[in-house]
Amino acid sequence: MKEKEVVQGFSNNVNTRNRYGAVWQIIFQASTIVGIIALIALMLNIINSAFGYIAYEARVDPDTFTVDGVPLEQQSKDQLLTLLQSELSSGAYNKLENEKPFADRSREEVFQLIVERIIRPEIVAVWDLWPSLTQADEIRATVAQEFPTAELDFVSWLTSDFVTRPQTSEPLTAGVRTAILGSLWTIFFTVILAFPVGVGAAIYLEEYASDNWLNRIIQTNINNLAGVPSIVYGILGLALFVRAFEPLTSGEIFGLVDPTTANGRTVLSAGLTLGLLVLPIIIINSQEAIRAVPRSLRNASFGVGATKWQTVWSHVIPNAMPGILTGTILAVSRAIGETAPLVVVGASTAISFDPESPFSKFTTLPIQIYQWTARPQAEFQSLAAAAILVLLVLLLSLNASAVLLRNRFSRRF
Amino acid sequence: MTTNNNSEPKYVIETQDLEIYYGTFKAVTDVNMKVEQNKITAIIGPSGCGKSTLLRAFNRMNELYAGTSIRGKITFNGQDIYAKEVDPVEVRYRIGMVFQKPNPFPKSIYENIAWTARIHGYKGNMDELVESSLQQAALWDEVKDKLHQSGLSLSGGQQQRLCIARAISIKPEVILMDEPASALDPIATLKIEELMQELKKNYTITIVTHNMQQAARASDYTAMMMLSKEGERSGTVIEFNETKTIFTRPSDKRTEDYVTGRFG
Repeated sequence: MKEKEVVQGFSNNVNTRNRYGAVWQIIFQASTIVGIIALIALMLNIINSAFGYIAYEARVDPDTFTVDGVPLEQQSKDQLLTLLQSELSSGAYNKLENEKPFADRSREEVFQLIVERIIRPEIVAVWDLWPSLTQADEIRATVAQEFPTAELDFVSWLTSDFVTRPQTSEPLTAGVRTAILGSLWTIFFTVILAFPVGVGAAIYLEEYASDNWLNRIIQTNINNLAGVPSIVYGILGLALFVRAFEPLTSGEIFGLVDPTTANGRTVLSAGLTLGLLVLPIIIINSQEAIRAVPRSLRNASFGVGATKWQTVWSHVIPNAMPGILTGTILAVSRAIGETAPLVVVGASTAISFDPESPFSKFTTLPIQIYQWTARPQAEFQSLAAAAILVLLVLLLSLNASAVLLRNRFSRRF
Repeated sequence: MTTNNNSEPKYVIETQDLEIYYGTFKAVTDVNMKVEQNKITAIIGPSGCGKSTLLRAFNRMNELYAGTSIRGKITFNGQDIYAKEVDPVEVRYRIGMVFQKPNPFPKSIYENIAWTARIHGYKGNMDELVESSLQQAALWDEVKDKLHQSGLSLSGGQQQRLCIARAISIKPEVILMDEPASALDPIATLKIEELMQELKKNYTITIVTHNMQQAARASDYTAMMMLSKEGERSGTVIEFNETKTIFTRPSDKRTEDYVTGRFG
């Protein structure tokens, strides 16, 4: 194109302006790439720990327990119980009986106990995925030299057994079922509390509350509450749900637990605490969604003589619902990953039986991960990595189902 | 719906010394006008002189905007609509409204009308009501095969007629129209104007318009609004008369300048 004549007072600077644009574009791209690199590094780090060689030795050879040619793996529950009783001290046996009566335990649970308490396979060395792939020969040589009786296995710490087994103190038999169920129970109560209360408060604040100083103070406080550190909510939950409402949160007043052992450190308390934690986030997000419903739609409704409630119920809520659900999904994702408040509320660190009611003691995935990473042994780091993968999958699947739900809502028209 | 067949004209809406405020700002000053039954009354004037504000006051839609208040009086069939015992929902039920931007509900064409009827407790034959409303709005033939498609799938002009159908489905006595054709092309505009002529047999219509030709073509009475004084931001009706008088022998110089296109 022929260059434009330069008009007095203007400079023909199209090229310079385009260059500026290009520079900024590169900066923004770089930011994105930094983010992606960080994510990839995280994933590689987790995967690196979650797979690899382990060397382990059995402290007691399982073959010594073969009865009439029937190996340990195929014996009945009664045989296993007899074995357990003979091998353990009566004190240890009774303690197990007190935790959960043997009559209530399945054969698999009893078998687990035998592996855990009697055979006691012990990990002697652990390698990450990268050395396992690149230095397999050296690893074999090391094991043969240093641990001649040990067996070397390439394991995935993340297995279907890992997901379905309860927690134990032995890394080889530890699983996260207890923690997964604990997380699901907790999140259930979180949503039950935070979603209706949050959406209700948002509707009130947006549609009904008049613009006076009291409501402005309330609004400001909600905004600030969303930024309060989660540990503070933990302290609140401890004081309120665990202590003050103990008869309720322990299930005592419903007669569901023995009053002498009841305490408020239950799934219910944890869920309600996390509910309080995400409540401000849900309120704020729902308010945004409600505010985004166009005025023209409200006008249309009021213009045909609809009441406020008819307008809110039939138009505002349905049209805000996709946004409300998005906000709730984000909030719940945060709640699933919370650790600190649950530590304060008193999540149990080592329980091996599943939460079965709102009044069960519990642990959650993040608590479990925290516990494992806090241990010095390498095998627990690997367990933690596997549990992180489980947590990520749990998060993704909860999010995906919520997104599907949201899309169903927005496709109504 | 009573038809007015004696020579004495019946006024449905009357205002007395009406002032409308947004907070402390007085947007409309000193309006005295009457809306006659089964006639089309147009409100014209330059931008920002309070036409829409005045129209919204007629069915208390202005109350949905924070901080609005009125002084003076607006009566509907002789009843003060701002009296304490009057419910604004009732007012809007009897004085319907069509907005500048077509705003069908994001529901099906059928539901747009059915929902409106249902909230007022309609128990009759819904299919018939939907059909007759769409027919009165001259939309039936275009949509009868797609009643269960979204109202938003229609063209702008069709959407606006759907809004009119929705408004008349609950048989209001007055229909307020706030620049109903300003977002539409000339053909859709013409259709709306023809529709208004049809509707005024049964309804009283008040329309705000920017378009002077539209006022001249379609209305029986015209209220000319303008900022009351130089330097003031408050609008008022400077002249109110039969449309042909306003457009041929206006008594106010400012009206003459405006309608002849010398100003505004």
